Amino acid sequence: MKRPLRVYAILYLCFLYAPIALLPVFAFNDGTVIAFPLRGFTWDWFRQLAGIPALHAAVLNSLKIAVISAILATCLGVLAARAATRFAFPGKKGIMGLIMLPLVLPEIIVAVSLLVVLLQLGLSLGAWTVILGHVLIATPFAIAILNSAFQGLDRSLEEAAVDLGETKWSSFRLVTLPLVMPGIISSLLIAFTISLDEFIIAFFLTGTEPTLPVYLWGQMRFPQRLPVIMALGTILVLASVLLLAIAEYARRRGAARTGQKDAGGFL
Amino acid sequence: MKDTRTEARPIITLEAVEKYYGDYHALRGISAEIRQGEFFSLLGPSGCGKTTLLRTIAGFEDLSAGRLFIDGQDMAGVPANRRPTNMVFQSYAIFPHLSVAENVGFGLRRSGLSRAERAAKVEQALAMVGLAGFGGRAAHALSGGQRQRVALARALILEPKVLLLDEPLSALDKKMRDQMQVELRRLQRQVGITFILVTHDQEEALIMSDRIAVMFEGQIAQLDTPQMLYRRPVTRQVGEFIGVMNFLPARATVTDETHIEVDVSGLGRAVIGPDQLPGGWHPGQTQSVGIRPETMSILFPGETTDRRVATGTVEDLAYYGDMTYYEVRLDGGDRPMTISMKNLVGRPVLERGTEARVAWDARSLVLFA
Repeated sequence: MKRPLRVYAILYLCFLYAPIALLPVFAFNDGTVIAFPLRGFTWDWFRQLAGIPALHAAVLNSLKIAVISAILATCLGVLAARAATRFAFPGKKGIMGLIMLPLVLPEIIVAVSLLVVLLQLGLSLGAWTVILGHVLIATPFAIAILNSAFQGLDRSLEEAAVDLGETKWSSFRLVTLPLVMPGIISSLLIAFTISLDEFIIAFFLTGTEPTLPVYLWGQMRFPQRLPVIMALGTILVLASVLLLAIAEYARRRGAARTGQKDAGGFL
Repeated sequence: MKDTRTEARPIITLEAVEKYYGDYHALRGISAEIRQGEFFSLLGPSGCGKTTLLRTIAGFEDLSAGRLFIDGQDMAGVPANRRPTNMVFQSYAIFPHLSVAENVGFGLRRSGLSRAERAAKVEQALAMVGLAGFGGRAAHALSGGQRQRVALARALILEPKVLLLDEPLSALDKKMRDQMQVELRRLQRQVGITFILVTHDQEEALIMSDRIAVMFEGQIAQLDTPQMLYRRPVTRQVGEFIGVMNFLPARATVTDETHIEVDVSGLGRAVIGPDQLPGGWHPGQTQSVGIRPETMSILFPGETTDRRVATGTVEDLAYYGDMTYYEVRLDGGDRPMTISMKNLVGRPVLERGTEARVAWDARSLVLFA
């Protein structure tokens, strides 16, 4: 009875990860055609990566957008999560629901409507417009992560700090902030990752300076470039896995340090 | 000693304090004086407003109306961080990311003391609560009892004029609780600071307090010493809340200016002195009288007494080892009442259905306002 289930689980995992596993295989394959049989091992594609200035510009652009989006989304997330966990106000459920909606809204709709609004306002497209879109889609994730960080917090902790002579702000800084710091780190990393590999919004709003995913998409027209893209993809996958692992580690360590029960989180 | 305490000046004065949460009327005209150096308890069932009142004194809640003075100073507009009060929270609110010493020394951050002076004060405070040498431990690894001691040390290190304790013992197990009751009392005498304790446990309040305010539905029903609260509860509600009390239907008639005759169902007529009457009493009010289980006794075969005697039947009993609680239905009474007896050597425990003679006297009766 256990056996069919195990086979099913293995097939499912293959379906999920086999395509990703092919990335590094062809990134090291000595041949421009993406097909078996493999031709031999090479570092050549990685070496070529270093020699494309347009690619470097795209990487830098993406990093800049991802860092700023992550910081903005996390700041908004801290404010919203604290309001949602500490205060009762009329319309709270409705407001929180609307804030979380972009989580399930098709990105194409967000992208198109943002583009229409920006063009109507006569604003030019560029890195800032992409950041705007990325903050919009990353903020719900930040709130979800930070909500669980704030929820585990005993509200009398801040009161105790005030009672001992601190102001409201210094209590927040001395007590609340260190306790939710793992949540903040985890939120920063996840928002960063979301922004880094987001394509649709970036494609619509990017203007003349493409982000990395947009640049990659443009390169797909040249079949001889495919192995280089495979090499780049390999690096991106490794970086994403690393970042998410750090995010989850930070969240779990924080939960353990403050003696909270592990409330699940994202991963 | 007792005299200096009753003569002591008020440290907290509450004048017609009101608190609304929207439509909910949490505090309804609370007026009271809490004296310098006393162990004061706010006692009542959950939702009676006792914690709200404590948080009002601490500065976490604003007054809707009325005035609050601490050591003669009007606290209107004074935020919690500038009040001469410190609080031990129900959850203890120990900062989990700090060590024990950092927790205890938290309030000294703004004191202007040097690092060495602060460390000395922290060590002294820890020694006072029996945690000497615990400073380096991580706060989140402490047991419940240890957390409570850290919370106490952290609040007392600032030498507040008033220490506020919000149900500090409710999270501890029974044995630990009994031990902490004695220790808290000792600590309070040692530091001489006014303690205000919020509790729903009437036994805890009786054991620890100099005076107790019993609260129901946002009002103080009675403010008195533990002995007076137990012996002379002014209302039936107070008598019911504190300890065990039997209530018997009764009618009162005034015989002359100083004495009242009460006709108690099952017991008979008794003459009551004026010292047994609560303030504002008038005869029409008395529909029932209260009587504590231990102020009556069951006479065993052959035993004689010069007290009044009523007769009845043992309907049920609960044996506690040192005590036995009997449920006795008096002849002519409509429901059984509880009588407690010490299990002295040679005294038998009666069985269900036994005829019993019950000794009582008029001084046992409690009339309510």
